[in-house]
Parts: sequence; C-alpha cells; structure tokens
Amino acid sequence: MEDIFGIPAPLLFGQLLLGLINGAFYAMMSLGLAVIFGLLNIINFTHGAQFMMGAFAAWMLLEWAGLNYWWALLLVPIIIGFTGVVLERLMISRLYKLDHLYGLLLTFGLGLIIEGVFRNQFGSSGLPYRIPPELQGAWDLGFMFLPIYRGWVVIAALILCLATWLLIEKTRLGAYLRAATENAPLVQAFGVNVPRMVTLTYGFGVALAAIGGVLAAPIYSVNPQMGTNLIIVVFAVVVIGGMGSILGSIITGFGLGIVEGLTKVFYPEASATVIFVIMAIVLLARPAGLFGRA
Amino acid sequence: MADSTAITANSIPAPAAENHGIWGFSRAQFGALGVMLAVLAIGPFLLYPVFLMKLLCFALFACAFNLLIGYVGLLSFGHAAYFGMGGYLAGHAAKVWGLTPELAIITGGVTAALLGAVAGWVAIRRQGIYFAMITLALAQMIYFLCVQLPFTGGEDGIQAIPRGSLFGVVPLDRDLTLYWVVAGIFLLGFLMIHRIIHSPYGMVLKSIRENEPRAISLGYRTDDYKLLAFILSAGLAGVAGATKSIVFGIATLTDVHWSMSGEVVLMTLVGGLGTVFGPVVGAAVIVTMQNYLAELGAWVTVIQGVIFVICVLAFRRGIVGEIGNWLKVKL
Repeated sequence: MEDIFGIPAPLLFGQLLLGLINGAFYAMMSLGLAVIFGLLNIINFTHGAQFMMGAFAAWMLLEWAGLNYWWALLLVPIIIGFTGVVLERLMISRLYKLDHLYGLLLTFGLGLIIEGVFRNQFGSSGLPYRIPPELQGAWDLGFMFLPIYRGWVVIAALILCLATWLLIEKTRLGAYLRAATENAPLVQAFGVNVPRMVTLTYGFGVALAAIGGVLAAPIYSVNPQMGTNLIIVVFAVVVIGGMGSILGSIITGFGLGIVEGLTKVFYPEASATVIFVIMAIVLLARPAGLFGRA
Repeated sequence: MADSTAITANSIPAPAAENHGIWGFSRAQFGALGVMLAVLAIGPFLLYPVFLMKLLCFALFACAFNLLIGYVGLLSFGHAAYFGMGGYLAGHAAKVWGLTPELAIITGGVTAALLGAVAGWVAIRRQGIYFAMITLALAQMIYFLCVQLPFTGGEDGIQAIPRGSLFGVVPLDRDLTLYWVVAGIFLLGFLMIHRIIHSPYGMVLKSIRENEPRAISLGYRTDDYKLLAFILSAGLAGVAGATKSIVFGIATLTDVHWSMSGEVVLMTLVGGLGTVFGPVVGAAVIVTMQNYLAELGAWVTVIQGVIFVICVLAFRRGIVGEIGNWLKVKL
C-alpha cells in the first residue's frame, strides 16, 4: 500500500471524500443563506431546522407514503420550500423595517420550535434511511473504493450549486434578483413585484436547505439535531467566504470541507475546531471575508 | 437609514440633563431598586434559597449580556462560552487547587475576561449580524475545546466542587449563608454595570450604539471602547457562571452549549433590551418557567421558541420596557 506524506493512501482519500461531502453540504447551506441574506437582509437561523425538516420529510414520504428517494428529491424541496413561503408571509415579512438582528432572533426562535417539536415526535436517537438501490455499492477507482452514493452526493451538490449560480448570474430572473439586492425600491419602480420576489427567494433558499436534507438522510441518521450542529459551522463558513459572491460561497464551502477532512488525517484533535480557527485568522487578515466586499 | 437603527426599544437618546436623582438612578429607578432589594432580603424566607441563588446567577449573566446588546448594540450569540468557562475554572480552582470560594469566583471571572479579550478582539472587526455569527462560532469552538480538554471532565463535567469557606473563615454549607454571599455578588455586579453605563465611558458606548460612524468622526476609537465593553461583559458573565458552579457544586457542558447562549438572549429580550432591570426580571421569568415546566422535557424548548417569536413580533420592549412605557419612566 502506497503512503503519501507517511499516511496510507486509502485513509487519506477516504477522509478527502468525507471532507468533500461535508463541503458539499457547507456549500449548499451557505449558498442558501447568501441568497436569502442578499435580498432579505436576514440571517436565516431556521436554515438548520429546515435542512433537518428536509431529511425528515424524505423519511416520512418513504415510511408513510411509500414514495422512494427520487420522489423525495423532487417533492421535498417543494413542500419545505412552501412552508418557507408561508413563514416569510406570516412572520418574517413583518421585520424588514426593523434592525436586522430581530430577524436573527425570530428565526432562532422558529428553529427552536421546529427542533423541539421533532424531538418530541421522533426522539433524539435518529432514524435510519436506506440508500436507494440504484446508488448502492461502490466503485473501485484503483487507489480507493468510492461508495456510489457518496460520489452521487458530491456530484448532485455541485450540479445544484452551479445551477443556482447560472440562475442568478445568467438569467433575466437572476438579473432582477441582483438588481433588487442592490436597490429594491428602484426595481419596484420599474414594475417588478419585489415583495413577491422576496417571498419566492426565501422559499428558494429554504428549498435548497431541504434538498440538502434529503441528500444527507442516507449518510447521517435522520435526527432532530442534525441541522443545528451544521448551521453553526455554516455560519463560520459564511463569515470566511463573505456573503457577497455566489461562486465564493460555493468555493469556500467545498474548500473548507476538504481542509476539515485533511485535518482529520493529520491532526485529528483539531478537526472539530479547524474551521473556527480559520475563521479567526481570516477575520484578522481580511475582515470582509475572502470573497466579500468591504 | 434603517441600518443604523439600534436594536434597543428605547433607542431615543436620553436628554443630556437626565434626572440624576440618587446615585445616578432616576427617581423611578431608585424605587425599582428599593423593590429589588426588598425582594432580595425577604426572598430566602419565602422561597427555596437554592432556587433563588440560581435565579440570581442567571440575572447577573443576563445583566452582563445586556451591557453589550443594550448599551453598545452588539448582539453576542456566544455568551455561554464565558459563563461556562467561568464555571469550569471556578470549579477547578476550588476543587483541585483548593482555593477559597471568593478566589475561585475571581479566577473564573478573570479567565472569562481574558477569553473575552481574545474573542472580542477577533469579533469586533465586524458589525451587526456578522458579529452575532462570529461570536456564536467562537463560542462553539470553545465548546469543542471543553469537550476535549482533560480538566473539564468531558461529558461528566467537574463534579463535587466544594463550597468551602468564605475568606477561609465563614463556612458556606448552609444554603442561607451562601444565599447572602450570592446576593452580594449579584448586587456588586449589578451596581458595577449601572456605574459603567452612567460613566463618561458609558456615554461613549451609547453614542456608538446610536451612530458609530459619527462617534468615529468625533475622534473616538470605537474599537477600543467596544473591546473593553466586551471584556467587561465576558468577565461578569464568567463571575455569574463561577458563582453558579460554586452554588451547585458542578460545572458541565450545558453551561457552554449554544442553547445557553440562546437562553440568555431570551431572558434579556423578555425582560427588556437596554433596560436596567429588564434582564433581572427576564431571568426570573425564564428560570421560574424552566423550574415548573422541567417535566415537560423537549416542550420547554418549544415554549422558549414561542416566547422568542412572540417577543420579536409583538413585544419588543419586553416586560420592564412595557411597564416603563406605561408609567412614562425609564426603568
């Protein structure tokens, strides 16, 4: 067996893959946060709970309705995205004229409610979700075995991230969105229904989190805390990348996942804290974030 | 500009000739202080002293948190780190080093202040929402350190912390004796915060809250002011946590967890952001609620979430803020 820097190659590549998968979730979550923040000026603390709801919705569709993984991948973002739309209309839209911090506090409270309800209903031990039969097994890449599902998660996340980037940077709808981010009243004066766009943007960001939840369900066990633990790391990712750039969020997310994976190989004790340390260093050197505008 | 509106409910700057009645308290505030002192004095004879001590620790914690959010406009979402670390260090000092309780509590407070100096130095580089996210992330890092460091005892925490004897002479085994000490620590912290916000330094803090660019243009180094406020707040939060671990004899991961950071935000929000007495009332409400609803398990989280939502949507002044608004006084 070959060694790289004194580390057995399968171990190194295995951790790199795990890092890539974590990075895929960081990228998708921070992308959703950035899209929502761009237009609503709100940090969506509920994002973690909505990720968790996505995973639970996939589980419920399978167990209660008999709908498989592929249906879940299609339906869950629509369902959870719709709950996001309702949430925005009923509550979040009342806060736009206030200090942005109230948005953080409101969505934090909503996250507590959702997490608590799910913990009451399903306990905190976690439920299993089987990998769909089409994606079971592993490919032998010569230097390592790649479980097909894990490869699929990385590719699916990449496609989703790039599609979002194309949607926002290259389409007319995206142009409206970017314009409204810069100057909402002016865009409204041109006849674009900005409040509806704001609502749909929130729904879209939430749907991204929900798809993340579906993708995560077969890898991590489906449990009520899965989102909150993730969202705090994602906050650090967002601070490191800066929320100004879509592509920046994607690159930062994947990059930090890989860094975290490598830390697990070379200095496992620091793997839980490495992203926070990087955040502190970035703040000292470049307070606006790697891709942020000051 | 909507962005610079401070989060506090009573963000209208107090007129320069604020009624400095007695010791810097306005007449209404002095009345409220009298009520609080009376409750402190009678409380232990009506209610279980240990419950009251828990309440006072959280009240001091919330007051320390309010110093930042209410008077500088900085929302720290990671104050559990300083509260919990203060508790760990005090526990370690009392149990392993054999220090007397007052020295153990000072150790906890100083450690938390040092930690706050480092975290604050990093966090004050950003404002608003970013500041909240950064403090939360740094606190999560401290949480993971507490899970891994050997002296914290991991999942078990530090247990059987001795109460010891105050100054090595007054044994604190009796709950009532310890209660007077805790009440004294709380009052000291409370009056210290009051003194800070009524000092010229506190006036600068409030001006930063109202309009930071203008404070900078007037020649104030706002970063230095904010950092000092962060250190003071973290240190007092550490004193609160240290006192709590001496009272209960344990220091655990619960006190460093992010949900504790959320709880202190909730206490202050319920009581009234930027009011002097709000955090005390808010802490009393939340701790009492937890005490009576403890058997409901995870529903407590749901109820806390609902209170958060209601407070943000309809009740932004908080209890004390509403009372003050109703009586047309600043409490």
